[in-house]
Amino acid sequence: MITLEINDKQHSVDVPADVPLLWVIREHLRLTGTKFGCGKGLCGSCTVHVDGKAERSCQIPAAEAQGKKITTIEAVGSTRSGAAVQKAWVAEDVPQCGYCQSGQIMQAAALLAANPKPTDAQIDDNLSGNLCRCGTYQRIRKAVHRASGEMKKGGKP
Amino acid sequence: MSGIFNVSRREFLKTGALVGGGLILGAHIDWAGAAEEGAQKSYSVEPNSFVHIAPDNTVTIIVNHSEMGQGVYTSLPMLVNEELEADWKKIRFESAPVAAVYNHTAFGMQMTGGSTSVWSEYDRLREVGAAARQMLIAAAAAAWKVDKKTCRAQKGKVVHTSGRFFTYGQLAEKAAALPVPKDLKLKKASAFKLIGRPTARLDSPEKVNGAAKFGLDVFLPGMLIAVVARPLVFGGKVKSLDAEKTKAIRGVKDVVQVPSGVAVLATDFWQAKAGRDALGIEWEEGPTAALSTPGMKEQYAKLSKTPGKIAKKAGDVQKGLVSAAKAISAEYHVPYLAHATMEPLNCTVDLRPDSCEIWVGTQFQTVDRNAAAEIAGLKPEQVKIHTMFLGGGFGRRANPASDFVSEAVHVAKAAKTPVKVIWTREDDTKGGYYRPFWYDGISAGLDKTGKPVAWSHTIVGQSIVAGTFFEKVLVKNGIDNTSVEGAADIPYAIPNILVDLHTTSIGVPVLWWRSVGHSHTAFVVESFLDELAHAAKKDPFEFRKGLLTKHPRHLGVLTLAAEKAGWSRPLPKGRGRGIAVHESFGTYVAEVAEVSVNTEGKLRVHRVVCAVDCGQTVNPETITAQMESAIVFGLSAALHGAITIKNGMVEQGNFDDYPILRLDEMPKVEVHIVKSRKKPGGIGEPAVPPIAPAVANALFSVAGIRLRELPMKPEAVLAVLKRS
Ligand code: FES
Ligand code: FES
Repeated sequence: MITLEINDKQHSVDVPADVPLLWVIREHLRLTGTKFGCGKGLCGSCTVHVDGKAERSCQIPAAEAQGKKITTIEAVGSTRSGAAVQKAWVAEDVPQCGYCQSGQIMQAAALLAANPKPTDAQIDDNLSGNLCRCGTYQRIRKAVHRASGEMKKGGKP
Repeated sequence: MSGIFNVSRREFLKTGALVGGGLILGAHIDWAGAAEEGAQKSYSVEPNSFVHIAPDNTVTIIVNHSEMGQGVYTSLPMLVNEELEADWKKIRFESAPVAAVYNHTAFGMQMTGGSTSVWSEYDRLREVGAAARQMLIAAAAAAWKVDKKTCRAQKGKVVHTSGRFFTYGQLAEKAAALPVPKDLKLKKASAFKLIGRPTARLDSPEKVNGAAKFGLDVFLPGMLIAVVARPLVFGGKVKSLDAEKTKAIRGVKDVVQVPSGVAVLATDFWQAKAGRDALGIEWEEGPTAALSTPGMKEQYAKLSKTPGKIAKKAGDVQKGLVSAAKAISAEYHVPYLAHATMEPLNCTVDLRPDSCEIWVGTQFQTVDRNAAAEIAGLKPEQVKIHTMFLGGGFGRRANPASDFVSEAVHVAKAAKTPVKVIWTREDDTKGGYYRPFWYDGISAGLDKTGKPVAWSHTIVGQSIVAGTFFEKVLVKNGIDNTSVEGAADIPYAIPNILVDLHTTSIGVPVLWWRSVGHSHTAFVVESFLDELAHAAKKDPFEFRKGLLTKHPRHLGVLTLAAEKAGWSRPLPKGRGRGIAVHESFGTYVAEVAEVSVNTEGKLRVHRVVCAVDCGQTVNPETITAQMESAIVFGLSAALHGAITIKNGMVEQGNFDDYPILRLDEMPKVEVHIVKSRKKPGGIGEPAVPPIAPAVANALFSVAGIRLRELPMKPEAVLAVLKRS
């Protein structure tokens, strides 16, 4: 049995210790917003927050995620940066097929939580591991800036 | 003439009560192109509806095209609502089931592709909306006992001149009892309120919170997950199978052989994959095992120097070349490309003795349903397809061979269980159905004034439609039109033209890849035209302009792009500009790329200015997004993409060796849309073709390096530098 704290809830799952967190989240908890894109840490579709940091859930064995606070796209809207990012994403009409967007949003939300006013270069640097085959990159850049502005309006980060 | 009918009324008459209530409008099956298949078929419950107005005022538009990023779940409801005049905030969408009435109005099958969704539904969906509006007005007028002319529709209400009103929800039941009006009046374009106005996507909210359901997100009770071992050499067959180790893995439930390989079924993906990887399979490899990219290229190059089947002939090209003051020739080449949709292929099947339900992201509902029915031994109408959101399509999910759907039905049939077949990224990349590998020999002659007088273009490559049911329609006189589109119909005023084709037969499965033949021909034509401009010592923009006087729409976008890019203004040192223009899918696109190259040979695209003329716009917001998207897609191919083959095996597997563009490589993209009332054109694909040549031409302008092969990798840039 592996016990995981996901979206503020404890879950016990009976899986082999080496199963990547991604598949536990998707197949056992049925939180399907976290996506499978490459399985090798190359695309960012599977990004979740582990203790507030953006991590690739396809690269974390389930056993190693025990005792950590995990947040997925389904719950990121309850964080300040997550809510700001989701709102900005809709306002800028970022999603196309939408498949990569959970990962993009998780990555951007973690960035803004740590650095509420990132520069273009910092955005590029932080989000370049999140691939988008639909090519929504220009809107992603804009939406991160918009979310950053929204957060500033709201007072302290 | 309206082909629309009142589904709710028929249901009402038959059962005396309406399930769900409200007004449901369908369209007759005899709509253009939809005839043959469903003509004698009768429908039970509302499978043929396009719009449903419920008593609670919600309006559901049933969309018969697949949403794969291009925005049809917004643009098609816009068409309905332009006439319906419902409150846009009350509009919902739903994906259509498979039925003949949902067939593509031009292609006679239910499908999404060829950048056709908007124009092909442009009339039908507006008529559906108009019919519903007129019926709602008639219902209100009858209730008030007033002349219909004193009532008008406005934001989900019918309002009388006196100020009284009914909401659509209040009228829906009454309208449902009325006949569909015969005299549908559609608005003039000048009266459009919604069409042509930038409109936010209806599917964004569920795509930012993880709620949107893709094929991969489907779970059925008791379902197993399957991962399939497929031959690494195309066409390979299982010679012997040892599944002992696999069966010992915890969670593995079954191992079954299917025509495409060996499927391992387990309770979870991870175990299914571990089981698949532990299989001991000996493969019978077949003739494709001898195939390698360098050998293929050599063979193609040889063919390109011999005459092929004629695709286009005007004047006398030989004479033109001989009499030219200056003749130049070149060879171009582009590789196989994988679609690499972000969502790897997958398909979920629940097969029962008398039914088959499929959950899948597909662009080819009719084809997939028929293939599934045949495998399952069922009638097509016993197969139900739920079209999920597609995590990208780009043509890969429109396969005449139905590969990923057929395989999943085979697995379900053999294992006798509901199953989701998941492809790993590597399975997806190595799984074939690529944009074909092309080789082109091309030459042209210029007269004394630098005007082109002869153009001879020989194309070598595989046919996408050969061996499929599309062959009959798309191959004429031995020419697959998708092999020569964009080459056999060049717009430039050149008196002597010859375009010919060698269709090769190689065991690598090929398929349409966003912009199909144009993805290759535009690169060759627009690069070579640039070569001619430089040979003639003319400005590449002015040179094109001079040859396009009879093509106002090409000229329009070319001039607009040049102007917005500041074509005549000098650039900072170290940057170059390139231009290209191309028509595809009824849409004209010109792009200007600004490029620099560093000492390691790495290209950087700083800015792309795009001008598009797609006729009447429907949603300029998604048009802009699709231009941006297609430019990125084209840049991935121009700078990075190549599928290569060694001993019959694909060498790439994941995003490390088949890279796509990243955020830090993203240029600034500016999109300018030409105002037009012409027939709407396509949007999803037409911005792909011009980008590779625009970048190649920019590279030449900044560094004097002419790359005639894609991708434009640093090694290739350095190799040319060294040679010169
Ligand atoms: S699926 Fe984890 S990085 Fe791609
Ligand atoms: S929106 Fe489709 S992959 Fe990013």
